[in-house]
Amino acid sequence: MPLGLLKYGRGSDYPFERRPDLPGPRDLKSHYDVVIIGGGGHGVATAYYLAKHHGITNVAVLEKAYLGGGNTARNTAVIRSNYLTPEGVRFYSASVKLYENLANEFDFNIMYSQRGQLTLAHTDATVRAFRQRAEVNKHFGGRTELIDRQSIAELVPCLNLDPAQLPVLAGLWHQDGATARHDAVAWGYARGATQRGVELHQLTEVTGIESHAGQVTGVSTNRGKITCGSVIQAVAGHSAVMAQKAGFQLPIVAYPLQAMVTLPVKPFLNPLVSSSALHCYVQQTSRGEIVIGGGSDPYPLYNSRASLPLKESLIASAVDMFPFLSEMRLLRQWAGITDMTADYSPIMGLSPLKNYYLDAGWGTWGFKATPICGQTMAELVASGGQVPELIQPFHLERFDRFQQVNEMGATAASH
Amino acid sequence: MKIMHCPLNGPRNISEFAYGGQVEVMPDPHQCSDKDWASYVFYEKNTIGVVKEWWQHSPSSYWFIAERHNASDDILRTYDPSELFSERVDFTTGENEP
Repeated sequence: MPLGLLKYGRGSDYPFERRPDLPGPRDLKSHYDVVIIGGGGHGVATAYYLAKHHGITNVAVLEKAYLGGGNTARNTAVIRSNYLTPEGVRFYSASVKLYENLANEFDFNIMYSQRGQLTLAHTDATVRAFRQRAEVNKHFGGRTELIDRQSIAELVPCLNLDPAQLPVLAGLWHQDGATARHDAVAWGYARGATQRGVELHQLTEVTGIESHAGQVTGVSTNRGKITCGSVIQAVAGHSAVMAQKAGFQLPIVAYPLQAMVTLPVKPFLNPLVSSSALHCYVQQTSRGEIVIGGGSDPYPLYNSRASLPLKESLIASAVDMFPFLSEMRLLRQWAGITDMTADYSPIMGLSPLKNYYLDAGWGTWGFKATPICGQTMAELVASGGQVPELIQPFHLERFDRFQQVNEMGATAASH
Repeated sequence: MKIMHCPLNGPRNISEFAYGGQVEVMPDPHQCSDKDWASYVFYEKNTIGVVKEWWQHSPSSYWFIAERHNASDDILRTYDPSELFSERVDFTTGENEP
């Protein structure tokens, strides 16, 4: 080792900034212009864009545990926009575009890796649905095409094309499909927001919502009461419980979703691969672990416990797709709570309370929407309740008017 | 493996059962407003605690009611729907009316 390098390493002008990414804890103020409930990706992204695009910095993000420790840390980090409805594709495409430039914007590595996502069709009906999805996607500027068995074999040579008596007929190849480090996304947004003056309060649980004459006036927390100009709730997994504190119901049922990773191995799998018939998706992280995720649990539960039957069926499907996975060892498993809506689309925008805004119903599609959610929610709050066009289809009242945005067929594993 | 007590078949593996949603009073589909119907179809009680739910034992197609804690997953009680419903709901009534 050159002596100069050794000296440099021991010196006090170490190349990295000594300033921590986030400021330390501080006392709550008595009033904020905007209170964001939930310090996950969506919450801190909203705070970031409020500060960056709209100059609103008297903002508190209240997180009951720690930054990005809820469903932000529990998803399988898939970024894609190959949905089925024009409303959905437009929205998720905008998110994919923001993700592409996010690391540059933050000057913070989110380990964004665009490797393409492949969904397998095992029935003629699925092939027809894929054709539709490819066309809708192309129309809105996404890169999606239908590919045959041979192209699939070239893309993913280690894939078993005839798993479990369900021969692969075709694949939906989505070149824009990507993955990123979920913690880094939350940290990047939190750093950008706090540098602009937003306060992030961890270990601060909202215990009640104060309202008067159809308008929110403040929130009570385990650290005291605060008043505020408006509130955004971004508490994936507990959206309906939080809404109840604000005094209204949400059409959401919470199911656990279990996932797991194996020990790391050499890189062999570049695209993200999923099969809707086998209810399973498989990808290799940049650390070499194989992430295996699937459908939600068969019945609702506010609990992230593991259950053996679900793990067994998930592993069976993964081994059907990639038989050599049977030789691998599991490293860890976890579960997140998914807020499922009847149409598999989110609930965003206005609520029955005038200055209380919703970012809810994020089921199994929340991580990929983080940037666009932050941007549109910030726009909504800054304009005092003018719903941006991109999220108008996702309003809460669509259920009362039977105007659902059905994305059930476009989830990676039909839940 | 988690066990559920079926009122008809006794203790069985939970994988033999299918979840059927919370027990709610169905409004008359021909009389109620769209909003009431939407509320019946899409909205459930969102509290964390003991909830009353429909379950079916799939091999025998037998529907019953379970009282279950939706965070601890403890099944407190299962019973035949006749405890709550005194008559069958006829879904075909009025189907051909305008």
